[in-house]
Amino acid sequence: MEWETVIGLEVHAQLATKSKIFSGASTTFGAEPNTQACALDLAMPGTLPVPNEQAFRYAIMFGLAIDAEIAKTSVFDRKNYFYPDLPKAYQTTQLEKPIVGPGHVEIELVDGTKKSIRIHHAHLEEDAGKSLHEDFHGMSGIDLNRAGTPLVEIVSEPDMSNSEEAVAFAKKLHGIVTSLGICDGEMSQGSMRFDVNISVRKPGEELGTRTETKNLNSFRFMEDAIALEVERQIDLIEDGGRVIQETRLYNGDSKESRSMRSKEEANDYRYFPCPDLLPVVFDDDYIESIRKELPELPDARHDRFVEQYGLSSYDANILSGDASMAQYFETAAKTSGDTKLTANWMMGELSARLNAADLSIKHSPLSAEQLAGMIARITDGTISSKMAKQVFDGLWNSDGDADSIIEAKGLKQVSDSGAIETLVDEVIANSGKQVDNFRNADESKRPKMLGYFVGQIMKASKGQANPQQVNEILLKKLNDLL
Amino acid sequence: MNNSIMHNKTIADIIAGLDSGEFTSVEITQHYLKRIQQLDSTYNSYITVNEASALAQAEAADKRRAEGNAPAFCGVPIAHKDIFCTNGVRTSCGSKMLDNFVPPYDATVVENFARAGAVILGKTNMDEFAMGSSNETSFYGPVKNPWDINTVPGGSSGGSATAVAAHLAPGATATDTGGSIRQPAALCGITGLKPTYGRVSRWGMIAFASSLDQGGPMARTAEDCALMLNIMAGFDPKDSTSIDQGVPDYTENLNQSLEGLKVGVPKEYFEEGLNPGTEQAVRDALAELEKQGATLVSISLPHTKLAVPAYYVIAPAEASANLSRFDGARYGYRCEDPKDLRDMYMRTRGEGFGDEVKRRILVGAYCLSAGYYDAYYRKAQQVRRLIKQDFVDAFETVDVIMGPTAPTPAFEFGAKGNDPVAMYLEDIYTIATNLAGLPGMSVPCGFVDNKPVGLQIIGNYFDESRMLNVAHQFQQTTDWHQQAPEGIEVEGIKAGDTE
Repeated sequence: MEWETVIGLEVHAQLATKSKIFSGASTTFGAEPNTQACALDLAMPGTLPVPNEQAFRYAIMFGLAIDAEIAKTSVFDRKNYFYPDLPKAYQTTQLEKPIVGPGHVEIELVDGTKKSIRIHHAHLEEDAGKSLHEDFHGMSGIDLNRAGTPLVEIVSEPDMSNSEEAVAFAKKLHGIVTSLGICDGEMSQGSMRFDVNISVRKPGEELGTRTETKNLNSFRFMEDAIALEVERQIDLIEDGGRVIQETRLYNGDSKESRSMRSKEEANDYRYFPCPDLLPVVFDDDYIESIRKELPELPDARHDRFVEQYGLSSYDANILSGDASMAQYFETAAKTSGDTKLTANWMMGELSARLNAADLSIKHSPLSAEQLAGMIARITDGTISSKMAKQVFDGLWNSDGDADSIIEAKGLKQVSDSGAIETLVDEVIANSGKQVDNFRNADESKRPKMLGYFVGQIMKASKGQANPQQVNEILLKKLNDLL
Repeated sequence: MNNSIMHNKTIADIIAGLDSGEFTSVEITQHYLKRIQQLDSTYNSYITVNEASALAQAEAADKRRAEGNAPAFCGVPIAHKDIFCTNGVRTSCGSKMLDNFVPPYDATVVENFARAGAVILGKTNMDEFAMGSSNETSFYGPVKNPWDINTVPGGSSGGSATAVAAHLAPGATATDTGGSIRQPAALCGITGLKPTYGRVSRWGMIAFASSLDQGGPMARTAEDCALMLNIMAGFDPKDSTSIDQGVPDYTENLNQSLEGLKVGVPKEYFEEGLNPGTEQAVRDALAELEKQGATLVSISLPHTKLAVPAYYVIAPAEASANLSRFDGARYGYRCEDPKDLRDMYMRTRGEGFGDEVKRRILVGAYCLSAGYYDAYYRKAQQVRRLIKQDFVDAFETVDVIMGPTAPTPAFEFGAKGNDPVAMYLEDIYTIATNLAGLPGMSVPCGFVDNKPVGLQIIGNYFDESRMLNVAHQFQQTTDWHQQAPEGIEVEGIKAGDTE
């Protein structure tokens, strides 16, 4: 009997503010431990939080982008629990009055179907610091640089029914926050983290008990973790067991998950409104002024890509979804002058290479200008598509432009029709038997017989003859012999 | 009072004396330091005395004054309650937990006084984390009431109150969460003012209950409180609950007549539990104000009885979260040789906090727990709104509200030690104003068995000027505020006799 999977996501996106949500300390990633933590971040006595307006602005931008209602009054609550990386022993978050109310986003699947995923709410909160368990001789180190970094936590409804939908939703959110410029989207640095709630049931039955797999920081891990958890739950139930409500951790390297804690022994967080922060009230003018300044969003960009570049809906979806990807595409397409070829190279070779190297397009070793330069040389016939692969390799590993790599590798394709004619003549002269066969063959069979000649000519040209010209000249010469 | 003796001078006198060159800041600072050294072993009003830095500040103040560049409090010695963080000076909050804590920053109040040129004599004793009404919960031992050293000075600002009453400082900063300025001011026979919530920055003031805590001045006269409030009040961008509203000169209206003033007298403040002597002193004070032209209006604050129970849900709830940061991980006390994280948390907090603090953390955590939140915390917040509404309604018809500050005069040590609820009832008349966010004052208005009684003046929001005006006018025709405990006026060294 079939199983049905029900998936909901909680997404933490770090907001790209210069300073923290309640203190003036910098949010830059990668600094020496505890060099970006001020007295407030250390929860020194007497310090008080002062809200960072930019964080509210960013959260409102997100709310507007998902067509959600923005709460006129936004209240912060304290979530109490003891942990060394939480210096105040409470997290300042929003429970009852989140800044962003219900909204929705649309996802497009590989088969072209579209689905609307509802967002329950999104709220502002502060990030915790980090516990470092290595290198401290049995003790733990605490780095509070990240403590107080603003987060928007986006909570979806359980509207997804498989990993493809969940990943498409995650990518869509990634595209929205990066397009808005409110999050840098650097998943490997923890700028976006996904918690996946999963349950399974037989169709028509009530929702099953769910588990939460926390802190997934790549789309691939998310896909794998969902597959693993769905299988685990189904096996468990089919073997007569039951799923317990728990938090699980997925290890992307070993592709295993383990239970972190069960909800039965969960903390009572003793939430209450934070008395150090007054309710924040936004008027309509403020919200409207933000709405007016919203940049182009993935859905609008998708439609523009279809219209302006003649891309298929599916291609446009891939190329427009992520802000860096879209920018890369537009730069490369405009510079190269060949939209279709640019799209093909980006979705083909470039994306395969980035995936293999586990890099995002933002960190592509190959710039849009470099790729465009190479594509321009394909278009003008200087190199063949096959040669282009070698040029691509060269560009991947150097800062040079396509022309210098073509030059250095001696990859120029021969497009001199005189030289090609000579080659064609030589090959025809040396292939008496094949020429006879061609002449005697039925007309419908002749195109297939061209392969031999092309192969010989390309071999003679050491692969540098322009294949299109070779085809044209060869066909003309052979037809002349008929 | 013989105010040629240096320690009998009010802040206004000191400013005048420094201005006229009658004495220098170094002289008066040395005088106070010597008095503290000689007398405070009896009273225990200071936790830390800053001899070296006080003298350096005094020297700098004298220099500025000589240069004709003297700000308002230039060279005036005062003390800070040990709840205000002082850069480079241990700030204990009366707790073992912070016995070794030296903040790397100044509270805004401390910074304001430094900018105004004040000399900081030291940090005054207090109930641990400001939790107490008798100063018996301090890790540094109880403070003695100078009027009778067998009795408590009140709390939590008992150190500041005693320092002022024993003339060990002409003025001191304090804080009031449920009466912690007004009740010790009453018990020690001095003048104290809790401003409107949001009037004085809480930045750098160690939090007890954030929605109730408010810093304010303690001094011997209303005029001195006005002078101090001029320095303390103001919007602070570092405290989001501070209110961005202009600060008047609080001395400006002191001399206005009280003719036509409408004084609300809540009947609930004169019911069961009020000491008859205290009641008489307060009634006499009200009669005195009537003589000055004020009209007494009988009013009702019907939810008064709910103030103490609501407060003892809200304040501990906030405190339970505010005090969670004291975990031994980053600063302050840490237990010896923790086995693991849990052991560190449990023993650090078990050993670092005193009983009253633990009691309130437990009560607060309980009130916020799943399943109890609605019955306690949410309900208490609803009650808080009713209490506030009582006052809003009353201020429709009256200008100020008056009654006793505390139900009884100072009581003996240990008298209420075993009965937390009896202790909590000490604040029955003061707590409601904190819940409402209103300003309140206590001024001396008589004695019961040689123990001072305080008259409470509650003002409308941001109406500190009027409260000070009323208090000052009362002090023009009465001399309760000029009384000093036996020996205090003359004890120590006389003016000009600093060496």
